[in-house]
Amino acid sequence: MPILQPIGRTFLIFLATAGRLSLFAANGLSHSVRPPIYMRLITRQMIDIGYYSLPVDGSTAIFTGMVLALQSYTGFARFAAESAIPNVVVVSITRELGPVLAGLMVAGRVGAAMAAEIGTMRVTEQIDALDTLATNPFKYLVAPRLIAGITTLPLLVFVADIIGVFGGYVVSIYKLGFNPSIYLKNTIDFVEVEDVASGLVKAAVFGFLITLMGCYHGYNSKGGAQGVGAATTNAVVSASILILCFNYFITEMFFAR
Amino acid sequence: MSPRTNGAAQKIQIRGLHKSFGPKVVLDGLDLDVAVGESVVVIGGSGTGKSVLLKCILGLLTPDSGSIKIDGEEVVGLGSRDRDRVLRKFGMLFQNAALFDSLPVWENVAFGLIQGEGMDRTDAKKVAIEKLAAVGMTAEVGELSPAELSGGMRKRVGLARAIATAPEIIFFDEPTTGLDPIMGDVINDLIVKCVQELGATTLSITHDMASARKIAHRVAMLYDGKIIWAGPVANIDGSGNDYVDQFIHGRAEGPIQMQVRAD
Ligand SMILES: Nc1ncnc2c1ncn2[C@@H]1O[C@H](COP(=O)(O)OP(=O)(O)OP(=O)(O)O)[C@@H](O)[C@H]1O
Ligand SMILES: [Mg+2]
Repeated sequence: MPILQPIGRTFLIFLATAGRLSLFAANGLSHSVRPPIYMRLITRQMIDIGYYSLPVDGSTAIFTGMVLALQSYTGFARFAAESAIPNVVVVSITRELGPVLAGLMVAGRVGAAMAAEIGTMRVTEQIDALDTLATNPFKYLVAPRLIAGITTLPLLVFVADIIGVFGGYVVSIYKLGFNPSIYLKNTIDFVEVEDVASGLVKAAVFGFLITLMGCYHGYNSKGGAQGVGAATTNAVVSASILILCFNYFITEMFFAR
Repeated sequence: MSPRTNGAAQKIQIRGLHKSFGPKVVLDGLDLDVAVGESVVVIGGSGTGKSVLLKCILGLLTPDSGSIKIDGEEVVGLGSRDRDRVLRKFGMLFQNAALFDSLPVWENVAFGLIQGEGMDRTDAKKVAIEKLAAVGMTAEVGELSPAELSGGMRKRVGLARAIATAPEIIFFDEPTTGLDPIMGDVINDLIVKCVQELGATTLSITHDMASARKIAHRVAMLYDGKIIWAGPVANIDGSGNDYVDQFIHGRAEGPIQMQVRAD
């Protein structure tokens, strides 16, 4: 059966990759919790991931919040349900759109840069050099990035939540003629801790996935500039797909009871 | 002049080392000894596996088979903690310097001191500047980024980094390639000094016979995956080995056929 062969081979390759990736992740995580912890490097990564992503993060959030209010209005007006707009905006942003969009934007920005940087270090033998200087590359390169990703993404998403809700607020007040204090009161009364918390948990997981993919593909890149290019693409694509996939499962974990 | 006597302690002992990349056999049963305090130079054509040999000893590449002993301790297949300990004995100059381009030059040189030995950054910077001076570079260069250096300057910074922690064993992969003749000789002197003053054991790779004659106690020639000749540097002109003769005189005619024809 020659049709089954390629399927089987693909499946085996998939299993092998999943195995290598799990080992890589376990190794990176175990170095993240064992001393020495390089605070200096972690801080630098946090600034890179967090601070420098703020413009992208904020502009994504504000336009998303704005369009959400506008779309809900045009839809809900048919059922005379316009008053539900603040509720829709805040729940959609905190639960789904904040973490997912921030995750995807950061994957494009940070995941790519990480894969390129580590990939270049690999092909120019800088990772070998680290090793010979008695510094574990997992400890020095991977662990600080994982820690920074896991801790910074929730902060970014929290900011995105606030800016996104603000975007919806602006459109509702100035374009759709809502009463500002009623809009705010509806928002605050409706949103629950669990909405925000689930979004922040997602953010932490996405931060891990983005940095893991950046490090993994960079670390294993080979073959010069072309290899680094491929690593960069793979890091972004795989992180994006994993984000959407894990998003479903985390949502199910939180809300499908 | 060689401190090597029969039965002297071997710093590095390699037996039956094999390494292939796919179908391509690079090292094919290589044996090599380096005694304590000895300076051995490996010569051989481009692409014969000299860099691969160094990387196997450092554990950056895993040999397919064979044994590598450092101070009598088998290092092939060592666990990560033991490997860390063994690696602290080494300094390595990479063929392409492999400087960290995210760090300024001085921090590259001080890297082993700060990360490996936990030295204070200000003290480490002082040492780094001394080491840079030893390779003919000023303190100002220390503040530059590696991307702002010429090829020869990068090589010298790599050299300064390799010797900064005063390691017991230092590997030099083509230390003088890309340097002008005068700086090349300064580097040769520096390597000799490392051996004499630090008592370091060195294993160097070079194509530069003048450099080999100056720094080597012993020369070993790598050809076809094996060491085909090894002996004191003084004997190199009378080795009686056609391969060695061809190599040291740089003749196109001889037993070593470079694959330059398209047939
Ligand atoms: N990571 C690798 N993957 C595949 N092949 C490799 C790898 N590293 C080295 N090789 C091959 O091994 C052979 C020996 O390479 P090596 O770099 O050791 O040569 P060399 O003797 O140092 O040459 P040169 O004097 O030009 O530096 C080459 O043919 C090279 O193609
Ligand atoms: Mg080489």
